Amino acid sequence: MNELLVHFDAGEALLRGTTKRSRRVRNRLASIWMAGSVLVAIVPLALVIGYVVVKGIGQLTPDWFTKDLPAVTRKASGGMGPAIVGTLLITGVAAAMAVPLGVLGAIYLHEYGGRGRLARLIRFMADVMTGVPSIVMGLFVYTVWTISHGLSAFGGALALACLMLPIIIRTTEEMLRLVPDELRQASYALGNRKWRTIITVVLPAAFGGITSGVMLAVARAAGETAPLVFTIGAARNLNLSIFNGPTTALSVQIFGNAQTPFEAAQARAWGAALTLVALVFILTILARVVSARVARRHNA
Amino acid sequence: MAIGHTELGVTPGARSGGDAASLLEATSGRRADRVFRSVALLAGLFVLAILGLIATSTTREAWPAFRSEGLSFLTSSTWIPAEGKFGALAFIYGTVLSSVLALLLAVPVSLGIALYANEAAPSRIRRPIIYVMDLLAAIPSVVYGLWGFIVLAPFLGPSVYAPINDAVGGWPVIGWFLNGSSGRSFMTAGIILAIMITPIVTSLSREVIATVPQAQREAAYGMGATRWEMIRLAVLPWGRGGIVGAVMLGLGRAMGETIAVALVIGSQPGQITTHLFEAGDSMAAVIVNQFGEASGNHRAALVGLGVVLFLVTIIVNVSARAIVARFDRRAQGI
Repeated sequence: MNELLVHFDAGEALLRGTTKRSRRVRNRLASIWMAGSVLVAIVPLALVIGYVVVKGIGQLTPDWFTKDLPAVTRKASGGMGPAIVGTLLITGVAAAMAVPLGVLGAIYLHEYGGRGRLARLIRFMADVMTGVPSIVMGLFVYTVWTISHGLSAFGGALALACLMLPIIIRTTEEMLRLVPDELRQASYALGNRKWRTIITVVLPAAFGGITSGVMLAVARAAGETAPLVFTIGAARNLNLSIFNGPTTALSVQIFGNAQTPFEAAQARAWGAALTLVALVFILTILARVVSARVARRHNA
Repeated sequence: MAIGHTELGVTPGARSGGDAASLLEATSGRRADRVFRSVALLAGLFVLAILGLIATSTTREAWPAFRSEGLSFLTSSTWIPAEGKFGALAFIYGTVLSSVLALLLAVPVSLGIALYANEAAPSRIRRPIIYVMDLLAAIPSVVYGLWGFIVLAPFLGPSVYAPINDAVGGWPVIGWFLNGSSGRSFMTAGIILAIMITPIVTSLSREVIATVPQAQREAAYGMGATRWEMIRLAVLPWGRGGIVGAVMLGLGRAMGETIAVALVIGSQPGQITTHLFEAGDSMAAVIVNQFGEASGNHRAALVGLGVVLFLVTIIVNVSARAIVARFDRRAQGI
């Protein structure tokens, strides 16, 4: 109530001493600022996507997807196969670790912890963990894994899993919250235990939303570079082993090739950027489609 | 249907029965419940364990550098790995300067978009605006870095910074800042960071603005306010706390951003200058640029930079979350 009074005072002060004309002008200026902001944001998006597509499209030949990286970076030859496979492998292994953990963690938070002190602490810390810079995750995995076990796809996957975990926990919890309590009660009434109710009733009901959240987390992780630089090393050839030997990824190839002064290497960086952006956009758009479908079913 | 019938036929007996078999089943069901709860709890505790492990393992790895440098790790700006001198002040300065520049550029734009999408835009273009923000957020940072490195920085240096420097570089006050002509510079890093944090600041601000009660808006209109006056009277005061939180989360994101900054800030160690158009370096950028060739104390010092970065971003994030949480409570009327 007090607050409303304060607002009215502010309003009086705001309106006093202004003519009708100047009020209209100010309103117009504010509208221009708001709509202009949208344009200001669209310009870099269009420029970046435009450059990536125009400069990268020429690289995408069949060789690009199948051949190993060239031995000599300054010449135009070879392909990006090992990096494409590396990105998919590392991100896939990361998701295989982070998704079950994240979903289980969210189940604890929403189905068991509720508003208890421990659940509140975990929830808060998961929020804080989403803010930990990706390079710090990379250094962390370097100290606990890479120093003792060497460079490998698994190190990169560990770092990406750490980045994905809090995002999956928080989005899954939001989705569990949307599952109506009546469904749980109906399941209990049939004599189901809580764990069976969660697995056979709650999770299927929230499946679409969880999938969409997971895909967004995966899309974000697939584009990460900093955590991979210290943990996966640099390989030129295809390495399908998860635990043995260095590998490479699209993001790392972009970073490395961009900084060389050679035109052929920079062209490969653009090609890798187009491949990566396409991969990430497909995941993002799929996630939107899934969540839109869920929302429609939810409303129906 | 038949299966359902047999199940219904069996289970009530099992649940209500007093014989040994059903008793066993009931207790094992309870045990399954307890096991499932523990597994879920364990998964949740992973978050706490990982955060604790990050703090301890990186600090231990960085300890040799912290011990040999002492407080001068934070207060000296002399970073000469060959001589074993590791003062991080210039990198901390670079991180703070580029992030603050990013906020100055991104906040007006983000707030403008958030207000436009929630208060002013025709309803059929609201969704496209959100899609654009999603795509902006989805582009990996290394792609922004590539574009900044090859396209933006070589353009800004000679075509924008140099003319500005020639025009106002000699003036007092303004000239202290708008000075230099390096394409890869604090300013370019700030611009790239601004593009990268705009989506997150926008979407968090939008969430806050969406909680403003409709009655407040109508009250303002009812007093004859224009739309802008309504926003200033009803929307902004209500959302202030949440918007501050959103901006701080953007700050945390900007400070930790690595690859894009590493590509466009110019990698000039030891630079502490107010000249925005000159090359510098940031904590995250120097870690990723020097880690490959570093060993011994140099490597420990780089991990030490990571520890500092971790602590700073944790502090920024915790305070931002605390502000947002307080705002949430008020929005829910608790």
